Amino acid sequence: MENEGKKRVWSEYQKEIADDHFFYVRSCIRQSFFPGSEQFFLDFMRNGLGKDVFENPSHTTCTGIGYHGDIVPIETIMTVVARHFALMKESGYKNIAISCVTSFGIYTEILETWKHFPEQLERTREFLFKATGREFDVPENMAHTSDIIYKFRDEIASRAKYRLINHQTGEPLKVVEHIGCHYSKMFPKHGVGGAEFPRVLSGMAEAWGGEIIDYPERRHCCGFGFRQYLVQANRGYSVSNTAKKFASMEPYKPDFILTNCPGCNMFMDKWQYTIREMEGVTFGPSGDSIPVLTYEELAGLVLGYNPWNLGLQYHMVQSEPLLRKMGVEFDPEDKYKTKDGVQMPIPRNLINC
Amino acid sequence: MTGNVIVIGGGTAGVEAAGQLARSGIGVTVIEKESTIGGHVRNWHHLFPDRRSSSEVIDYLRKQLKHDNITLVTGELISGFDKKGGSFRLKSSSGKEFHGDAVLIASGFDLFRSERKEEYGYGIYDNVITSADLESMFRDKSILLRNGREPEKIGFVHCVGSRDEKSGNLYCSKLCCITAVKQAIGLKELIPGSKVFCFYMDMRMGGALYEEMYREAQEKYGISFIRGKVSEVSENIEGKLVTKVEDTLAGRPLRIEMDLLVLMAGMEMSKDGEAIDISGKLNRGVNRFFAPADYHFGSNISNIKGVFYAGACTAPMNITETISHARGAVSDVLNYLTNKH
Amino acid sequence: MNRFGYSLSKARVIDYDANNHAVAEYIAEKEPSFRLCIACGGCAATCTTGNFTEFSLREINILIHRGENRKPGSDIRKCMLCGKCILVCPRGVNTRNVVITAREAFKKFGINAL
Repeated sequence: MENEGKKRVWSEYQKEIADDHFFYVRSCIRQSFFPGSEQFFLDFMRNGLGKDVFENPSHTTCTGIGYHGDIVPIETIMTVVARHFALMKESGYKNIAISCVTSFGIYTEILETWKHFPEQLERTREFLFKATGREFDVPENMAHTSDIIYKFRDEIASRAKYRLINHQTGEPLKVVEHIGCHYSKMFPKHGVGGAEFPRVLSGMAEAWGGEIIDYPERRHCCGFGFRQYLVQANRGYSVSNTAKKFASMEPYKPDFILTNCPGCNMFMDKWQYTIREMEGVTFGPSGDSIPVLTYEELAGLVLGYNPWNLGLQYHMVQSEPLLRKMGVEFDPEDKYKTKDGVQMPIPRNLINC
Repeated sequence: MTGNVIVIGGGTAGVEAAGQLARSGIGVTVIEKESTIGGHVRNWHHLFPDRRSSSEVIDYLRKQLKHDNITLVTGELISGFDKKGGSFRLKSSSGKEFHGDAVLIASGFDLFRSERKEEYGYGIYDNVITSADLESMFRDKSILLRNGREPEKIGFVHCVGSRDEKSGNLYCSKLCCITAVKQAIGLKELIPGSKVFCFYMDMRMGGALYEEMYREAQEKYGISFIRGKVSEVSENIEGKLVTKVEDTLAGRPLRIEMDLLVLMAGMEMSKDGEAIDISGKLNRGVNRFFAPADYHFGSNISNIKGVFYAGACTAPMNITETISHARGAVSDVLNYLTNKH
Repeated sequence: MNRFGYSLSKARVIDYDANNHAVAEYIAEKEPSFRLCIACGGCAATCTTGNFTEFSLREINILIHRGENRKPGSDIRKCMLCGKCILVCPRGVNTRNVVITAREAFKKFGINAL
């Protein structure tokens, strides 16, 4: 495989990513499933890089799950998004930083819709004004937060405490990247590296010493699909897509999976447990499962954050095998303690432990 | 008859027209950007449907060019022209000027750059090649994978950059289907034990003896034809190319691993052809090729009096059609010069 | 015991490399015109059997060529061998002999043996 060819593709999909003064919009589900990720982003941006990242407490869900689940009409979601733009305007910000790939996809889809159908923009202004009395501007710069971490990847590399290198063998760790479909499949121009060979996560992993695996089903959707997995009867074909990906990446013996989408991350993490229960199959080495990390968690590990402060213990697949390979120092005793040191109940039958 | 005609392009169309014009007593200057004549044919090994060596076409063109009335200028790229009264002044990118009573544009086509179809991974996956790459392998009589081994399973992907809104090319390039059939047969002859597959949307066998060759490919050479557009190619851990296609006749997606995948690159308006008309005076079709004054009765005539077209600068054409088209252009140029003087 | 209320779905994809191509090769060797099919469907349109049952020689041809032998192995029994399809075929495939040879092949390779 020729890396030069990929570089050519990447060079055609470069997007402008703002440098500072971000209006941050959170994901609905990430705080439950990967509770340290957004926290890391805010801490690193503000205290690590000294950037201005603002959160408005009136920000709500974008209603993307409802929209893709066919219960929220497009006029409604456009008005909700317009309200977020109004909050941004009221807070004095022009650069939006979006934590969720579903939201990012919705924001790009809506902005493109308004570009091609300006009457929809006007209608949305009217709806928002009637409902809330608010007015809004479209953002000057819109980035997914993985774009922002990608932008500062070399900065992170220069401060790295640990690299994505197996500290016993000296070999680079093998990284599978999985990009959320709505990051760039709908609008390749809005994603770093486009849709076929996205660069946003591979760029981070390589900058931090890892080796990217390009496996046959790399571009396949994780199967999330909203209304598909939401309905239990449909969940079988949803999980089958993830299983297809795992089987395809298995021969490469990946050390971990890196994702930028809440749904994909949750799926690839939790479905490994489900498939193991249903079929007795695992995809990691010697019966292990493959740890699945968000890009914030990975950046945090590289920078030497305590893995328990990054929330890795809340994953279904535990990350200890990866931590040991990277040589990350951690105290197993602290894994299920509150930040005040109070011991919490310890889950049984942990995967990879 | 007297007069001087500038022919832009020393490929099949330009040289054929130059030869015919010269023998009618016209002075001809052929301006070729490369160091030698022949155009794309020089890179081809053999031609469909009779598998004639392309060197025979080059030999024929060389003979056409041998005439005292013909001046061949090589290594010059035309980048603009203007018309004053009845005469034309052409500028080359090196600053030279050429003058003539008429201009015949025979700037040909560019092969579609297959790396633009990112999903096929040309320039990324080791054993994804183009139809042009395969021709040069045929010339060397050696079909080898990047690792030096002989391929056992080979796939041809039709319509790469043709009939494809995503590439901005709505048209059919016409020659790729028959080229794939010809190349598939060529492969089976060189590697008889190989399995060869063609992935097509429609088999467009619209030329003399094309359908017969398609039939021969099925019957005599056992080449498999699978109807469906390849959606995506990736490389597995053994370096095999995992190819995804909907088998539209079976109505189900199909997955197959290949050792070698050949992309049938389509034809596009040439970039150097576009540069001839930097000021945009000449009409262009929705296919971006030069648009003739009339697709039925004036396929060699442009919208500027005294400027004519020959060959694939107006649409994808095979060698036979290009030669006929060039001869048609000669007739229109001669008419123009006769009525002018 | 699956306690999830759903399970993994079987892939619909034709896994060409994993399929058994012995039937296709057997037929092509005994009746080379089998390879000439372009799936125009003339045979199926005129077919006596296909008018009343789930039987399409076009489909059978394609599936055998892809090594998808299960459905053809069962369908092929339905043909009444009337021979109308030979009259229609624009490629001159000896369709009647394809059916007879296919039956032989399915029996030989133990696929839904007659």
